[in-house]
Amino acid sequence: MNKATISAFIAGLIFSVGLLLSGMANPEKVLGFLDLFGAWDPSLALVMGGAIAVGLPAFTIARKRERAVLGGPVHLPGNRKLDRRLLLGSLVFGIGWGLAGFCPGPGIVATGALEPGGLVFVLAMLAGMFVFRLLNSRTS
Amino acid sequence: MNIDWNAFTPLSALAGGVLIGLASGWLILMNGRIAGISGILGGLMNNGHDTQGNRGWQLAFILGLLTGPAIWGLFYALPLIEIHASYPVLITAGLLVGIGTRYASGCTSGHGVCGLSRLSPRSLAATMTFMLGGFTTVYIVRHLLGG
Repeated sequence: MNKATISAFIAGLIFSVGLLLSGMANPEKVLGFLDLFGAWDPSLALVMGGAIAVGLPAFTIARKRERAVLGGPVHLPGNRKLDRRLLLGSLVFGIGWGLAGFCPGPGIVATGALEPGGLVFVLAMLAGMFVFRLLNSRTS
Repeated sequence: MNIDWNAFTPLSALAGGVLIGLASGWLILMNGRIAGISGILGGLMNNGHDTQGNRGWQLAFILGLLTGPAIWGLFYALPLIEIHASYPVLITAGLLVGIGTRYASGCTSGHGVCGLSRLSPRSLAATMTFMLGGFTTVYIVRHLLGG
């Protein structure tokens, strides 16, 4: 196992603990945030705020570097297009998010917490990604 | 708008958010990679032959996400994970999240956290769109259908 693998594992672990601590891993909490017109729980806006407050300086430094600390290149997305794929895809994702209160990370964390509902969601999500792969390879 | 002050947990939300930001910052600075969970899962699916050598760090990151609750459980009781959706709803939601995030090339982590931290207009558009989708869906389900 090399350093990059261990480093990515640590990042995943910290991410997971962050999701658990913040309440993002709890679908009912997420739905409480998305319920803007009901009894609204604004907590998750602070999750985003806290994450960006730390992420902003980190990505600002990363943008100025050509190499990561462990030696590999810094991969930053170069796509700047605001196209139909981006907007329709995000809308479909948002509908799914609002139905169950799960986005990808929390689904995986709930699976790790041995919640059967989390596993069901993740398996369906992987199936959805597979469907995308099939459709995408046909059109491109 | 009617704020549910009893449910509001500003400190743990902020602290958890800071950890999420730290993890994303760690991955970009140490590994030079974006902590976008849908992108990582999609990458693992495409890397049948792993020509770029991405499988190692991608699997390790997902393994870290999966292990988090067990490590947490060594020290404290796990926080509540309340899943009220039925299996058919969870399956429908999962399919939509899987297809949508791959078409959009990102989800809450890749666009919402990393993209906004990079001040990417594309990620801002994605984030506003999936938030709109989420708000609208919950409004329809909870207030129009009365679920």
